[in-house]
Amino acid sequence: MPGSETAVGLRGLRKEFGPVTAVDGIDLEVRDGEFFAMLGPSGSGKTTVLRMIAGFEPPTAGTIELGGADVTRLAPFERDVNTVFQDYALFPHMNVLANVEYGLRVKKVPKAERRERALAALRSVRLAGFESRRPAQLSGGQRQRVALARTLVNRPRVLLLDEPLGALDLKLREEMQVELKELQRAVGITFLFVTHDQEEALTMSDRVAVFDRGRIEQVGTPAEVYERPATAFVAGFVGTSNLIAGAAAEKLLGRSGTYSVRPEKLRVVPGADALAGPDERSAAGTVAEVVYAGPATRFVVDLDAGGRLIALQQNLQVSSMEVLGLRGARVRLVWQRRHEFAIT
Amino acid sequence: MNLSRPARLLLRLALAAGLAVIYVPLAVVLLNSVNADRTFGWPPAGLTLRWWGAAWASSGVREALWTSVRAGLGATAIALVLGTMAAFAVQRHRFFGRQAVSLVIILPIALPGIVTGIALNNAFRTVLEPFGVGLGLFTVVVGHATFCVVTVYNNVLARLRRTGIGLEEASADLGAGPFTTFRLVTFPLIRSALLAGGLLAFALSFDEIIVTTFTAGAGVRTLPIWIFENLFRPNQAPVVNVVAAALIVASLIPVYLAQRLSSDVGTH
Repeated sequence: MPGSETAVGLRGLRKEFGPVTAVDGIDLEVRDGEFFAMLGPSGSGKTTVLRMIAGFEPPTAGTIELGGADVTRLAPFERDVNTVFQDYALFPHMNVLANVEYGLRVKKVPKAERRERALAALRSVRLAGFESRRPAQLSGGQRQRVALARTLVNRPRVLLLDEPLGALDLKLREEMQVELKELQRAVGITFLFVTHDQEEALTMSDRVAVFDRGRIEQVGTPAEVYERPATAFVAGFVGTSNLIAGAAAEKLLGRSGTYSVRPEKLRVVPGADALAGPDERSAAGTVAEVVYAGPATRFVVDLDAGGRLIALQQNLQVSSMEVLGLRGARVRLVWQRRHEFAIT
Repeated sequence: MNLSRPARLLLRLALAAGLAVIYVPLAVVLLNSVNADRTFGWPPAGLTLRWWGAAWASSGVREALWTSVRAGLGATAIALVLGTMAAFAVQRHRFFGRQAVSLVIILPIALPGIVTGIALNNAFRTVLEPFGVGLGLFTVVVGHATFCVVTVYNNVLARLRRTGIGLEEASADLGAGPFTTFRLVTFPLIRSALLAGGLLAFALSFDEIIVTTFTAGAGVRTLPIWIFENLFRPNQAPVVNVVAAALIVASLIPVYLAQRLSSDVGTH
């Protein structure tokens, strides 16, 4: 369980590459034992933040603390963090065991102990028996596990993971999501995880920081970030944005501003004049597009009041023929008031 | 690409003719080194190892061979150190004049040997002689190193470009300082590139004659110079043939090894 102590503390962190500001003043606290995701599109600065924490890039301004100690000016090999690189960066001229032992070897841990710990680390990622293989003889998923074992064997204070599942295919990625989460719980090490995949961030992490253009837009639990996005960017990047704005907002909600409702919170009722309950709201419209996706169907509805909403319905009772027949039909979208939220 | 039958035949003949122009004369040299007829009559009257024995017994040949080996080793050693350092500087650091440095290192291999030779000869005599260092083996080594550096530089540069910086970052991340990282990660990854570059550098130095002529001074005689001096003495002709044949065989080995090492899968 996440503790209350701070594992990583960033204060006013900035990074400029020539005229480009990659990281634009970031404050962040990651607690001990947390599984923390830094989520954002490519170029949002999240990987640069990770590289600054690892020590590969010196910050232009600001400080980095690990476990309360200022490490801003320390070299990578002086910091109690380890990194799982996106391309794994396994040493091609060493076998799996030598790769995993590397960190202990350079720290002069006696041979017998480091062998024992490396074998245990390989067992924990289910790679016992692969000790004498070369990285080139492994599959992508196996290399990923070696990279994990190579870092975990050092028992770092914080483990940094740079898009670690990015190079894997979908099926393997989903398996590894579960496995990583279990592994993190078992070892109790703080995981700081960079990803551009919102689903990955939501399913795996205790808390998420959403990055955009070098700034943090919002920090919160996956549910907070998803249900109550603080900005239009977060609403759009984490899930589908589904905005009700301008004239449509005034007509439907009686207020000005920009509001959002998640697609799965919308109910599609055939016929334009269905009634809404007391705590509900509704909007009439025409189905512009129907996307049948197996377990669910996505309806794109043009509202009479202006704008367009996407509704996601589970296909509990209906077949593909039935939902596809709704294209062009008049419908009413119904939602509960508590599921609409204002966006700044 | 699909070619018609006559076109394919024509191209094969062209290839065969081209290779024949290069290799038939070499084969003749090899054959004549065991030709029993002193005047290289054709076809050979018989086969003999007499000339090989004579060459081995010749103190001139042995002395020249030893001089060439020392010059080659010296030039290769300088090339390995300077070429590796230059490759690291150019590939791993950004600094003013980086492109220019790269050009300046590669240029000597393209410069006519006669120009390098005259320039070095002038420079050595003006700069070194006042200090009592005359032309000799040392100046030959320096002269050869000027164009040997580039072979090591190119090989190491290509290897560094291919391996990238990620593995060194991973090593530092796992707690290794710069020297440990070089010893355990960087050096093993560039080792075969160093060997390939070094072998080529040695081969370049070993058969060099123009720069050597201008930098060797009176007492120093490398193998190519010995051959050149004895080429037109009829009674030395069989021994010259043997030395040439030995050189063919000897240069085959480093070039073959260098080619295998440059293309090996030492990386991902």
